[in-house]
Amino acid sequence: MTTDTISMTADTPDATGFVSSRRWLLWSGIAALCAWVLVPIYLVALGALGGRQGVYVWPKTGLPTGISLEPFFLFLKTEGVVQSFLNSLGAAGITVALSILLGAPAGYALARYDFRGKDSYRLLVLLTRAFPLAILALPLTVSFIRLGLYDTILGVGLIHTVLALPFAALVTQGIFLGVPKELEEAAWVFGCTRIQAFFKVVAPLALPGIVATAVFAFVISWNEVFAASVLTVRNRTLTAYLLTVLSESPMHYRFAGGLMLILPSVVFIFAVRRYLFAIWGISSK
Amino acid sequence: MTNSRPWIPYLLILPSVAFLALLFVVPLVQTIWLAVSDNGAPSLANAERMVTDINFTRSVKNTFLLTIAVVPVQIALALAMGTMVAKVGRGRETILWIWTIPLGISDLAAGLVWLSILQNTGYLNSLLFGLGIIGRQASWLSYQTPVALFLAIAVAEIWRGTAIVMVIIVAGLNQVPKEFKEAAEIFGAGPWTRFWRITLPLIRPALQSALILRTVLAFEVFAVVYALGGRNFPVLVGEAYNWQNQNQNYSVAAAYAVLIMIISLAATLIYLKALKVDPERLP
Repeated sequence: MTTDTISMTADTPDATGFVSSRRWLLWSGIAALCAWVLVPIYLVALGALGGRQGVYVWPKTGLPTGISLEPFFLFLKTEGVVQSFLNSLGAAGITVALSILLGAPAGYALARYDFRGKDSYRLLVLLTRAFPLAILALPLTVSFIRLGLYDTILGVGLIHTVLALPFAALVTQGIFLGVPKELEEAAWVFGCTRIQAFFKVVAPLALPGIVATAVFAFVISWNEVFAASVLTVRNRTLTAYLLTVLSESPMHYRFAGGLMLILPSVVFIFAVRRYLFAIWGISSK
Repeated sequence: MTNSRPWIPYLLILPSVAFLALLFVVPLVQTIWLAVSDNGAPSLANAERMVTDINFTRSVKNTFLLTIAVVPVQIALALAMGTMVAKVGRGRETILWIWTIPLGISDLAAGLVWLSILQNTGYLNSLLFGLGIIGRQASWLSYQTPVALFLAIAVAEIWRGTAIVMVIIVAGLNQVPKEFKEAAEIFGAGPWTRFWRITLPLIRPALQSALILRTVLAFEVFAVVYALGGRNFPVLVGEAYNWQNQNQNYSVAAAYAVLIMIISLAATLIYLKALKVDPERLP
């Protein structure tokens, strides 16, 4: 298909009319799907910033009237919110650190070496994707109680790492495959040891991709509800906290909670979107 | 690079293998044992208790219906998105970013987002009222309106879960060589023929991963249901959660977990069989 969307000067008006009506259809489809994603987020933001009165306004208009940041700050001051926010950050931090520390070496091994058991390892990693992993939290409560990990952020971080690690191994494999082997071999020729070559040549080139992987691991942990709810009582993450107070909290608090869950991960994904797209293979055409 | 020190790759994968063994394989075995044992002896008492529970049949039915309703729509939407974005030059990145936003949104948050639209004084009712379709606030999320509640949960799930399918499908579409399409065009294949005969078969690996991932996630649906319907709409994971947290009965919860695993595994095997692809090409 040609890219001349505004070629109204073409000498075959029929053909142009056909092309531009198809363009119009394409762009209205795209716009509709963008609105489908964005409008609900906008509306929950209105709900979060509209406060108690905002919830009962009837009928609603969808315009930002009567909103202020105050209801959101009031929500933040509710007992437990800030603490659960910090807990979520902590669990996500542990998840990021562990899944990169354990996953990236595995990804490197998969990318650079042929070894016996490689296929079995990949099968293990793929298998984890066929299971509803959060369910594993059920038996782990028993072991965690015994080990003193129950109701700790470390315990939540560990189970979230099970979710993020297979992903990290597979994605870093792709990242290391993208770093030319020759550069590494050249470094060896110039007298670097394997480890030096890795840290001086490979690591800097792979870094953006690894950061993007880390952000995705963060988002996985940040959003996880089931395992976090099962494994904690007092040290709840934000998702677990919101789940337990859901039925007794007023509507505008629920919306504020929803907004608070959405904002950090969306901002993070936005920051690394370019690398994420490259990793996923959806940017290049 | 492989011969000099053959232990290096093993050293590199060892930490992750140990970790997954401890926190994936062991709990997996434990769950199964917990579900099929009673006081240390093999027994089906837990399964029996699960099956005779008042919410069991409803939760199985609801979970399956939801999966059947949600997954095909998501695949179709993602294919539409992929086809559309392939025709865009400038602005492609922005569009893709907007479409991937739900990836960062948890099912709990998605439930809360749609709650703001679907609650009694919410935006849907306001719109319907403004259009003169309803005379007073209608309630969509109560146990008296099971169909509306089901649709609400399905819409929220579709809203949230389509992004990951879209990512996988767009990546698959990018790998389809342009030449194939051009050749088909030269031989006179129309857009529909090209789509069904060329594109779809070629993105089979992507479709397979998307289907597996989304189906497993659909069987795991939980928080979105909780946020929208509370306990009015029982689903399998929600029942597992209730048995564990409210009833403090880990064994019946484990029985639910095993049931979910069996269903997920069966679905995965069906997809692997139905859409045979070279395992090397799985992402």
